Amino acid sequence: MNIYKNKYNVDQIKENHKIIAEFKYDIKKLSLGYSNKTLHINLGKSKISSKEVSQEMKDKFTGGRGFNLKLLWDAVNENTKWDSPENEIVIAAGPMSGITQYPGTGKSIVCGISPLTQAPVDSNVGGYFGPYLKFSGWDAIELQGISKKDVIVYINGDEGLIQIIEAPKEDVNSHLISEQMCDIFAENEMDMKSIATVSAGQGAENSFFGCLNFSFYDRRRKVARLKQAGRGGLGTLFRHKKVKAVVCKFSSLNFNNNEVDNLEMIKEVGKNYHRELYEEDDKQCDMRHVGTAHLVEIMDDYDLLPTHNYKFGSDSKTPKISSPIWREMFTQGIPDGCWYGCSMQCAKCVDGYVLRTGPYKGDTVSVDGPEYETAAAFGANMGIFDPHFIVEANFYCDTYAIDTISFGTTMAFIMECYENNIINKEITGGYDLSFGNGEEALNMLHLMASGVGFGKTIGLGIRRLKKLFVDKYNADANFLNDIGMECKGMEYSEYMTKESLAMQGGYGLALKGAQHDEAWLIFMDMVNNQIPTFEDKAEALHYFPMFRTWFGLQGLCKLPWNDVEPADNAETEEPAKVPSHVQNYVDIFNSITGRKIDKNEMILQSERVYNFQRVFNLRMGFGTRTSDKIPYRSAGPVTNEEYLSREDRYDKQLQEKWNWNPKGKSVDERKNKLRQFREDAYQQLCDAVYKRRGWDNNGVPTINKMKELKMDLPGVIEVLKKYGQ
Amino acid sequence: MKVLVWDKEKCIGCRTCEKVCSQTWFKEENRDKSRIKITETENGFESNFCNQCGECILVCPVEALTRNAKGIVRLNDKTCVGCLSCVGFCPSQSMFIAKTEPKPFKCISCGVCVKNCPSGALALQELPEPLEKVFYRRHF
Repeated sequence: MNIYKNKYNVDQIKENHKIIAEFKYDIKKLSLGYSNKTLHINLGKSKISSKEVSQEMKDKFTGGRGFNLKLLWDAVNENTKWDSPENEIVIAAGPMSGITQYPGTGKSIVCGISPLTQAPVDSNVGGYFGPYLKFSGWDAIELQGISKKDVIVYINGDEGLIQIIEAPKEDVNSHLISEQMCDIFAENEMDMKSIATVSAGQGAENSFFGCLNFSFYDRRRKVARLKQAGRGGLGTLFRHKKVKAVVCKFSSLNFNNNEVDNLEMIKEVGKNYHRELYEEDDKQCDMRHVGTAHLVEIMDDYDLLPTHNYKFGSDSKTPKISSPIWREMFTQGIPDGCWYGCSMQCAKCVDGYVLRTGPYKGDTVSVDGPEYETAAAFGANMGIFDPHFIVEANFYCDTYAIDTISFGTTMAFIMECYENNIINKEITGGYDLSFGNGEEALNMLHLMASGVGFGKTIGLGIRRLKKLFVDKYNADANFLNDIGMECKGMEYSEYMTKESLAMQGGYGLALKGAQHDEAWLIFMDMVNNQIPTFEDKAEALHYFPMFRTWFGLQGLCKLPWNDVEPADNAETEEPAKVPSHVQNYVDIFNSITGRKIDKNEMILQSERVYNFQRVFNLRMGFGTRTSDKIPYRSAGPVTNEEYLSREDRYDKQLQEKWNWNPKGKSVDERKNKLRQFREDAYQQLCDAVYKRRGWDNNGVPTINKMKELKMDLPGVIEVLKKYGQ
Repeated sequence: MKVLVWDKEKCIGCRTCEKVCSQTWFKEENRDKSRIKITETENGFESNFCNQCGECILVCPVEALTRNAKGIVRLNDKTCVGCLSCVGFCPSQSMFIAKTEPKPFKCISCGVCVKNCPSGALALQELPEPLEKVFYRRHF
């Protein structure tokens, strides 16, 4: 239980509620993983309505991210901007979401036109909301329009009731409003598990990278814990629509709410997988004790941990933020799954943490995380190797609803600009924003959340900051484009890609921007050298993005796929694919839906949606080769300092890989030559990947490809014709 | 707490225990639904049933598994959501699941097998409760 110095008054919050729209519906059992209806809320007009899900929609878009993108496509037009009223936040679960027998099956996917990238974005998140929404009768929810006043959307899946409620008194910040929703809508303490809340804090109001917090009530800690749909500024969009919370109440969770076709098969697959986790996890990733934070020291070992704005890949201070520290700080010995039955339990938590700064200074709270990305971004990338800083900043980012990845990567960029005198104390308002300055970084976070001073400026995100610094402070645009770690407007997540061309593509060719959820190929490429040719890399950049897209269609978490592997996985033909887990997914999908797909049909389901999303990008004015351009720092050393830090490696590559003798050449000459080779290699990679994906040389899907996928919908063809197809 | 114990030397492999167990709890004679399993191996008979260690309590996401006043680990069927984490994470694999049963089941030291064992191979023995293994800070 969190302990607050100034506890909120629930009665006062409730007294100020005013119902402004209401909608009643019949509660029906699901059928084979689908509820076959979606919910539409128009916030501007206070209207609530229901839509049917057709068989064609299921055939073409499967569910989850597919449904979201289809609904979003229908809602917007080519001129829609992120703040246009017709833009939507769409949240869906997916047909496999909500089963209790297999780990990682409680995910929601959120889509919308992004404030950060201006293009469609998808973000994947745990917590109870998605499955509860589906079990309440809705495969997806669209939030369209802009409310005049702050509102809560309340979905009561027990009674078949939806309300839009004027909500002036709730706190905005997520750790409080998520708890307040439990206090208000649960019958009693035992019932708090039935309440799932989506919210975004004040940081989302004042930055472009606001995230969404999805709650899950932790009955042991008695805390409404939070998981984040972090990427793409969807929290910013949420608050722009003046939504304080979307709440779903569902109290009848059981072993088969999905009304599956073959429960026995799911039980068998689930039971075996739980056992595999029991036997292998301690020996492999130790997810159950340290979550994804186990990666910190591994990344450092392989020179992959972004340090000082991705200049370097390791640091002697890394042991201060690596997994033994987190193992001690995280509470051990209780289930930490963010959905029922997730025995991987990576949602670790620091309990009894007394806040040292900000508006909640002195309060005792449970802090979710940090996960690897947060520890790497705050610790190494900003050069603040202090676990207490990381936990404090993690708490505030979450409750303010600021994406920790975008915040960390943007702050690292700011710190490098500060150290290069591009910005100075006069511009920052007197703050010293050098690498390693944790106190000032926290100050920036609090200012950002309040929408004040230079903190608010940082919340613009790297792409807008680059323009600002060039326009206002005469900064060198080329240098900023080289060191500003964003692609398509989205800040990079926390992996060094300089030595892995395939991973440069993993980021640069990802549809929504620089996130690693489409492909993580560094070990395959750089460490194990399994994909040496452009064609090999292109194959990997086809298969893995398609395979991983499937998780988003189904409502699944990626982690149980390969963060534990069967003991004999290395002996299989394609260990990187983890074949037995792929088969598990095929078996479960078939057992839920009653269909008979195989692993090839699985990829086909993804390809349909993936290509549709690329066309959606094109429709909004993005998505050609130009959009896939990456900052040079992700491909090689920008500065002499970087070159010299790995001089032997680079010199050797110039000689051995490109047959260019570096002897007697200046650092500048060598650095420029390396750049020429590496930038050329990236373009060749794009050529190979576009070809493999069935796109033209400008990265545009061909009409034939869309026909082959049966996705040659009239609107799609119209867009493609504009791009010369 | 009273824990079921089994004497390998006395067991004759008649499996009466399995029959009476499934009959008592599921009203049918079905080995898959017995909370005690006797298996014949190269080294004679082996048994499998819960030793009340309580590891499963720590993995249950809904707190359906608790230790009762007598020290016995019990599954609350109404609270259980059938996730099967406890089945996979039981160190001795003594949390069972059977076809047509959506939820797991385990020995609760009821003693019906003890009473019916013709060779006296089964007994309920008083043993100390294991130390509580939850070690998170109970500041709340």
